[in-house]
Amino acid sequence: MNSWSSLFLALFAVIVLVLLSLLGVGTVGLATLFGVVIPYAAGAVFVLGVVWRVVQWARVPVPFRIPSTCGQGKSLPWIKADNLEAPYNAWGVIGRMLLEVLFFRSLFRNTRAELRDGPRLTYASAKWLWLGGILFHYSFLIVVLRHFRFFIEPVPHFVELLSSVDGFFQILLPTVFLSDVAFLAAVTYLFLRRVALPELRYISLTADYFPLFLILGIAISGLLMRNVWKVDLLSVKQLTMGLVTLHPTVPAGIGSIFYVHVFLVSVLLAYIPFSKIMHAGGVFLSPTRNMANNNRSERYINPWNYPVKTHTYEEYEDEFRDKMKEAGIPVDKE
Amino acid sequence: MELHDLPKPEDLIKIDLDRPPETAWMDTPADFRPGTFSYPAAGKNLKYLDLPNPREWSPTDEDWKLPDNWKEIILKGFKERLEKYRSFRLFMDICVRCGACADKCHFFLGSADPKNMPVLRAELIRSVYRNDFTTAGRILGRLVGARELTVDVLKEWFYYFYQCTECRRCSIFCPYGIDQAEVTMIGRELLNLVGCNINWVKEPVANCFRTGNHLGIPPHGVKDMWEFMVDDIEDITGIRVNLPINKKGAEILFVTPSGDYFADPGTYTCMGYLMLFHELGLDYTWSTYASEGGNFGLFTSHEMIKRLNAKIYAEAKRLGVKWIIGGECGHMWRVIHQYMDTMNGPADFLEEPVSPITGTKFENSKSSKMVHITEFTADLIKNGKLKLDPSVNDKIRVTFHDSCNPARAAGLLEEPRYVIKNVCNNFFEMPENTIREQTFCCGGGAGLGNDENIEMRMRGAFPRASALRHVRDKHDVNRLLCMCAIDRATLTALTHYWAPDVSVGGIHELLANALIMDGQIERTVDLRGEPLNEEDDE
Repeated sequence: MNSWSSLFLALFAVIVLVLLSLLGVGTVGLATLFGVVIPYAAGAVFVLGVVWRVVQWARVPVPFRIPSTCGQGKSLPWIKADNLEAPYNAWGVIGRMLLEVLFFRSLFRNTRAELRDGPRLTYASAKWLWLGGILFHYSFLIVVLRHFRFFIEPVPHFVELLSSVDGFFQILLPTVFLSDVAFLAAVTYLFLRRVALPELRYISLTADYFPLFLILGIAISGLLMRNVWKVDLLSVKQLTMGLVTLHPTVPAGIGSIFYVHVFLVSVLLAYIPFSKIMHAGGVFLSPTRNMANNNRSERYINPWNYPVKTHTYEEYEDEFRDKMKEAGIPVDKE
Repeated sequence: MELHDLPKPEDLIKIDLDRPPETAWMDTPADFRPGTFSYPAAGKNLKYLDLPNPREWSPTDEDWKLPDNWKEIILKGFKERLEKYRSFRLFMDICVRCGACADKCHFFLGSADPKNMPVLRAELIRSVYRNDFTTAGRILGRLVGARELTVDVLKEWFYYFYQCTECRRCSIFCPYGIDQAEVTMIGRELLNLVGCNINWVKEPVANCFRTGNHLGIPPHGVKDMWEFMVDDIEDITGIRVNLPINKKGAEILFVTPSGDYFADPGTYTCMGYLMLFHELGLDYTWSTYASEGGNFGLFTSHEMIKRLNAKIYAEAKRLGVKWIIGGECGHMWRVIHQYMDTMNGPADFLEEPVSPITGTKFENSKSSKMVHITEFTADLIKNGKLKLDPSVNDKIRVTFHDSCNPARAAGLLEEPRYVIKNVCNNFFEMPENTIREQTFCCGGGAGLGNDENIEMRMRGAFPRASALRHVRDKHDVNRLLCMCAIDRATLTALTHYWAPDVSVGGIHELLANALIMDGQIERTVDLRGEPLNEEDDE
């Protein structure tokens, strides 16, 4: 399989998912299946799956303390140590992890190497991937938070506030949310980048394109139902509140596009535990980032440390004793 | 293959970083082209170390003489390691293939082979992980990037895991800290299970196990080498420095890589240590049993690291020293800093290191009890304990190559710079994307610094060479300093090929040139026997 077929296969899979939900609800009338059963099942797979994966990782021991240091370690008192880039205590580790998780510190370091005549290499700053990543993750977060209005009654104040700030630029009616624009832009960028850079296209798997198309599908179906094929929000909220209060109801007359949206979200949720999206949980456990660079001052214990065969001094001296004596090197046994 | 067999640098790097092969990577088998791989380990070395499947073979052979159940062995070892190393398990699972690491690897930048992009090097093994250890991979196979472990896959592992120097540069750019060195280390462990290893790693390991050092020099030979240096020092300074060997009851044990006393230019650095310790009147000792700071176990398996490293504490205990100083070495310091105390500690028979000259407590080494020589020396200089005349080094225009491991596995960045700035007047940094934590490998670390692999070495050396040529052209730099024995060997080939007018040397060589010793004669030559100033040239 080459890089293009990976892409088309992922696209095809998402199109099939969309058609499946359209047919299922619109033609066959399986609204309960797509509005209640599948979301519940997906939610369960998501929660159990994520917990299972994290527990599975956490149960594997960390035999050695192997942080990558990106700054001056702590040594002599007059040499300024960098606690965020080469942490020497728990605060440093926490700070480093926060920078990593909240601000994608390592990605911010990114450069792009260029080969020039000579030959020589130059390194240009390359923050686009960082920016794309930040936009993608934070706008996704805001979109998810805004959706709380469908799951909590009365709608929490912070959700109202977030929505009004996010929808500040009322250029069009209904409100266009900044986060929606940023989100679409970021997903599109991440996709185009994957296709346009030859070396990235070369390494990309179906499993890289599929979540991108799936998320794009979720965003587009969401926008369509809010702006084009408008659905009755009161009925939608009746359904979603039914889900969270465990009294599921399926009000009649919600457009099929809603069920497409919900189905794609369900697929995403169920897919997460088995996919690379688990990097979200994994980054917290990464031994090169979440350990302190204090190896020589605090002993680290390997839970499975075991004795190994060594070559002892006695064996060594036994082999070389005569030569050592001849050369005037002290020996233990004469 | 030798350096002069290679095309000129400008012809070697006729590559396009943005043009991967037409065929998908899973359909592109490894090509064992002469000059780009290392020779396999001789059977005798494996036998000596009790390692599996000793035999004579070549990577270019069709038949690698693997055990019949080789696949079962590898998969069993794979499973075991997934259960023992969280790093490995996690790094198999969480990569998103964002490609941030792609152009960070020196081998990719010098070869344009996409399998030298850290992400793809890891995928070589991740694909097998998916196939045999994940449900999705078992069912969907190649759709999710899974593939079966075949002999061709194994050959590909051998080619590319011995085309990674475990330098960890990619790991600092990865948003999840995925460390290719960790993946390569485990990959090599797996290859070892069926006897696929390289001689440039296994011979030093076998030698070190038996004689205490990589070259297999017996104790009297080691002593001879040290005595040669003592003679040379006397010729240059008029002072016969003391040479304590295997001395019981000394305060400090000194351990340095054998490269420092085996060959130029390491020997000049070694002379530097001898002169410094003599001038201080330090109560210390060398050891012939623990006569190797380097640890090629790091390039083959975690178990082998421990087997070799055990000698240092054992010797410290036998000799009854209080603490240990370690010399200028790169991967040695990964082992000393990140593995030694965990593997072979606790060193509760030693004392917390205190400099007998300045009284400084080395708090950062209070558990492992082993101090880096530049920490020790920087403290001496800071406290004004050394008489130094940096102008002695005025002919030398210096730049400094951070070795991968002290930089990215310990954060030893300022100590060497402080020493350098105090012992010479002409110090110029290479561009910031190529030093400190972003430093580039010499191209020959992790056991790859052999002659048969010279083409790949020079390709891997290209990013470092490019930065070096920049400061050479801009500041007339003529000396590439490093604090690593592998560097001193491999950078010498690098400069020979890429920048012939630049020489390579260690920090303590430069320090000893500048060191004014009590009762010395007027020095006319430096440690290399070269005249100190222009007038003496005539």
